[in-house]
Amino acid sequence: MKPSAFAYARPRALEEAFALLDKHGENAKLLAGGQSLLASLNMRLAAPEILVDIGAIPGLDGIAVRGQTLVIGARTTHRAIERSEAVAKHAPLLAQAAPHIAHVAIRNAGTLGGSLAMADPAAEWPACCVALQATIVVTSKKGERRVAATDFFKDLYTTALGAGELITAVEIPCVEKGERHAFLELVRRRGDYAIVGLAARARLKGKTLSGVQLVYLGVGVTPVQAKGAMAALEGKTADDAAIRAAQDAIARDLEPNADIYTSAEAKRHLARVLVARAVAALVG
Amino acid sequence: MEDRVEATITVNGTRLTRRIEPRMHLIDFLREELGLTGSHVSCEHGVCGACTVRVDGEIRRGCLMLAVQADGKTVDTVEGLSDSGELAVLQQAFHERNALQCGYCTPGMLLTAQALIKEHPEATREEIREFMSGNLCRCTGYQAIIDAIETVLRTPRTEGVR
Repeated sequence: MKPSAFAYARPRALEEAFALLDKHGENAKLLAGGQSLLASLNMRLAAPEILVDIGAIPGLDGIAVRGQTLVIGARTTHRAIERSEAVAKHAPLLAQAAPHIAHVAIRNAGTLGGSLAMADPAAEWPACCVALQATIVVTSKKGERRVAATDFFKDLYTTALGAGELITAVEIPCVEKGERHAFLELVRRRGDYAIVGLAARARLKGKTLSGVQLVYLGVGVTPVQAKGAMAALEGKTADDAAIRAAQDAIARDLEPNADIYTSAEAKRHLARVLVARAVAALVG
Repeated sequence: MEDRVEATITVNGTRLTRRIEPRMHLIDFLREELGLTGSHVSCEHGVCGACTVRVDGEIRRGCLMLAVQADGKTVDTVEGLSDSGELAVLQQAFHERNALQCGYCTPGMLLTAQALIKEHPEATREEIREFMSGNLCRCTGYQAIIDAIETVLRTPRTEGVR
């Protein structure tokens, strides 16, 4: 379908964008890569009065390492992240996750910040950012504030972003020595949203795991930290007993909702499958 | 509210300036305003790949981009890339392998396949399938399409052919 009519503005500076957001309030939508927004406009699930295209504002894209932090501009595309040597080196979780996002033509356009602001519970970047304990840099006319990824995702398609705010960057602690990452997801067809996915991270000393993060996508209204399973693996040797304990904990950690294809019980089963695979990948 | 917005876009090498209704998709602009009907429209929500075009050298969904977003950018379609000869080897392989039946998906298939050939010339058959997974075909069952792309990738290249 075709979208309903809207006005369009292409500000050249953040200040102009803030002024437009101020003026139009909830009737304005920010347009970055547009890969989710345009689909929802086409299906007339959304009908904003004005699109504020942030594509011409300088300084919103790019990948840089500052000290022990990887800084990724909000408008950086999935494809740029997928291809980045700095990302592969300092945040391998993101490099592993990127190829799972839709298809190449969409990854060429869709952006990190757009995905986080959209907060689709089956999207890859929100779960990765929680697992990496990333910080979301949020900017408004009042200035910058930093929100921990763990506090950013509030509810279904709902984030900590307030009126007049936009995401300008994401700060990710660089991977430390001995730290391992694994990203896995199960899909019916390549490029689909995951039925269940898992962003996993841990430090490995010998075969002992610590600092374990297990963050699921596709099983709740936000990314879900499987805290019971994380605790079951923390400080443990990554053996069959530890994996079984983590799998048992998953049953208590997750309360997945069925979707039209997959029952809640099947999702829980798949989540248990993924945690075993993730541990194998972390120690492999 | 429906005020048109001026955009300057280089399409298949020709720079043009138009006043465009903001809600117009890039693909509809190309087809309806410029008469470039080689790229097709099907699902209109980014699933099928029939509308694949190249923007600043990278493949994009023409239905998930507004024409006004292409201001200052370079857009290439199957018409331009056919005329330049860039797709000739791939088109010949599609022909020889019978990699199309109704042809509706073919322009999108060609643009995606050409991106793969440029970016990942060593791709295995499995990697070809993965790269092409965002382009749907309802006739061929895909094997012939993958065969055609594999043929091009495995054929030693002559300088200047592509």
